Amino acid sequence: MKNVMGIILSGGRSTKLKELSTMRSSPAVPVGGKYRAIDFVLSNMVNSGITNVGVITQYSFRSMMDHLGSGKEWDLDRKTDGLFIFPPFLSDDNSGWYRGTADSMYNNLTFLKRSNEEYVLISQGNCIYTTTFDDMLRQHKETEADITIAYREMNDIPIDEVSNMGILQVDSEQRVIDFQEKPIHPNSLFGSLGTYIIKRELLISLLEECVAHGYYDFVLDIIVKMLHKLKICGYKFNGYWRSISSVQMYYRCNMELLRPDVSNELLGSSKVYTKVKDEAPAKFNEEAEVRNSIVADGCIIEGTVENSVLFRGVTVKKGAVVKDSIVMQESIVEENSALSHAILDKNVILTKGRCLKGEETWPIIIGKNVMV
Amino acid sequence: MIKKEMIALLLAGGQGSRLGVLTKSVAKPAVLYGGKYRIIDFSLSNCINSGIDTVGVLTQYQPLKLNSHIGIGKPWDMDRIDGGVTILSPYLKAESGEWFKGTANAVFQNIHYIDRYSPEYVIILSGDHIYKMDYSKMLDFHKENNADATISVINVPYEEASRYGIMNCHENGNIYEFEEKPKNPKSTLASMGVYIFNWKTLREYLIKDDECPDSESDFGKNIIPAMLNDGKSMWAYQFEGYWRDVGTIQAFWESNMDLVGRIPPFNLFDAEWKIYTPNPVKPAHYIGSTACVKKSMIAEGCTIYGTVINSILFPGVVVEEDVVIEDSIIMSNSKISRNTSIKKCIISEFVAVGADSKLGEGEDIQNEYKPGIYNSGITVVGEEANIPDGVIIGKNVMIDAGVSSEDFDSLNIVSGKSVFKGGVTE
Repeated sequence: MKNVMGIILSGGRSTKLKELSTMRSSPAVPVGGKYRAIDFVLSNMVNSGITNVGVITQYSFRSMMDHLGSGKEWDLDRKTDGLFIFPPFLSDDNSGWYRGTADSMYNNLTFLKRSNEEYVLISQGNCIYTTTFDDMLRQHKETEADITIAYREMNDIPIDEVSNMGILQVDSEQRVIDFQEKPIHPNSLFGSLGTYIIKRELLISLLEECVAHGYYDFVLDIIVKMLHKLKICGYKFNGYWRSISSVQMYYRCNMELLRPDVSNELLGSSKVYTKVKDEAPAKFNEEAEVRNSIVADGCIIEGTVENSVLFRGVTVKKGAVVKDSIVMQESIVEENSALSHAILDKNVILTKGRCLKGEETWPIIIGKNVMV
Repeated sequence: MIKKEMIALLLAGGQGSRLGVLTKSVAKPAVLYGGKYRIIDFSLSNCINSGIDTVGVLTQYQPLKLNSHIGIGKPWDMDRIDGGVTILSPYLKAESGEWFKGTANAVFQNIHYIDRYSPEYVIILSGDHIYKMDYSKMLDFHKENNADATISVINVPYEEASRYGIMNCHENGNIYEFEEKPKNPKSTLASMGVYIFNWKTLREYLIKDDECPDSESDFGKNIIPAMLNDGKSMWAYQFEGYWRDVGTIQAFWESNMDLVGRIPPFNLFDAEWKIYTPNPVKPAHYIGSTACVKKSMIAEGCTIYGTVINSILFPGVVVEEDVVIEDSIIMSNSKISRNTSIKKCIISEFVAVGADSKLGEGEDIQNEYKPGIYNSGITVVGEEANIPDGVIIGKNVMIDAGVSSEDFDSLNIVSGKSVFKGGVTE
């Protein structure tokens, strides 16, 4: 896919992620023991052979900048192309804040104009899935579509989450005949993945036209309005896909990673790159009882861990019991404390003998750097 | 010209023949250690953690894996504009080419590399040892004493002293005598093979040594004694801490096992002194619901459904159900199939062990083929070996690299036997 450039929209703020996104945008949320959500789409692009990627950020982008750095870990520290990060900026004709997805791309039009790939792949930073985009591009060319939207049958996602998506209907030739953005009563289960392929020249002219009319949203102001003027097709994706859109989805996605079939599909055959931490391998002491869990490098475990995801450098001390929980980087669960259905953010200390208990549908969250 | 105060030369050509099949296709510094590292990572990480960013790595024996491991030095942050890591291999000169004759000759042949940086001091290291050491403190000591050479020493038990180069020195550390492997050692301060020299002085001695045809061109045997003879100012810098020459199968196994103790004598979790190595790009490991893991180190990308006790697993190891692994080291990407037991074994990279097998069972009889190497009860399997289903393998057995199931004439390999590739003894 030498002829495709990538844009990752990672600006979104998700209030439904509560404490998890107070200090970070949703694509920067840690997932699966060592990743951040954005690692998946970024690795998908790299594994598809895309070497020119722009990441557009907005809310609390510091942790994202930190994580991406020069793009080294994704092999995107290139002389030509590579990784570009676009936080909002102030200028004479710019308010300093992206007013919508189309506006955010319009503000970085130079990036689009200076690149010379024929196609642009636009994608979201907060979705967990593993794929390459070659087949989608093949279909895009075959159908001679102006825009191709990836979608998926969302039959394994609760309906209230589905009504937070773009819902589309396609005809027998994959042409999109209806598109509803965040409908209260979705008329189909085909949810947009927020992943689009479009010719670069066409994208530039659509963005210019859209912003000139005072509209700023890529979906509402371009996709929905142009549905009958342009040839917009759907591309059906059949694999595992989750959007980190709420605490429940975040918790569920991490727990699903404990299933061998899911982890195999996501992490088994293709590489997912992330920032290296140079931790030692995890160490299990004599009292360790670990079952059905993901354990990252740098963990030291002396207690009981079941159905949980432990990120890098977590310590679980003697007599501590961690069940059905997510414990992020460098957190410490001290002696004889217990944790179930909980999410501990980074650097949390659960002191001796404490007990935290959430519910499967309502996991309890302890914010960053808190001592309980 | 760029000027560096001190640069390092890392001698990484050692074959490590006493590690048997583990060094069949790699030099000793490239042998895997501690769940994700190669032995050379310790010296390289010590360099960068001590503020040395210019390192020449001298390779000779089986350098392929070592070269690709080091690459341009990215993992150690040594991909620099000035300096960084440079691999120095033997090369052809105008009239003749030659291998590195000895450790000093290896440095002599690379004088021009060192001159490029015109350093004040040169530190000579070997890539064979497991230790964490701040070389900048040793340099301070070197400067305080106005030394020509400083040799790092460690206190060893008296019984073992005759295996090392022993420094006899005054109370203050001034060396007056050096004895290589003395029968009756006068002191227990053994050289660790870490030397700091004033480059000017060393340069002279290297040239002088090269003119002497009988010299073995070895630091311990030739250069150090010659400098002592001339009354140069030589000092012993005493190192306190964990230092191991993992030169034998037993020492290698023991040092790995040291890591799984409750409070290990050697701490890899020190955030202030990280050990760097290339990243395997694998997910965090998964411990299944039938698994039991105790007293072990498990690296990324492992999938474990069996029992692992007192063992070290490298990245990407698969342990199926009903497998029991005890007191063993399983290197990267090996797979242990169901209902197999492994006791006190070292399994190299990319090995497949079949189902319903037993490894490391039976009497402790030393190996017939190489009794000097395989004699501590540890069975060693070479890389890319394929061990069929239902075999029983004894202790001190050597399974050659790359064997396939056809190479097994019997499903019962008793203690002390070996299995060779193509069924032939080399």
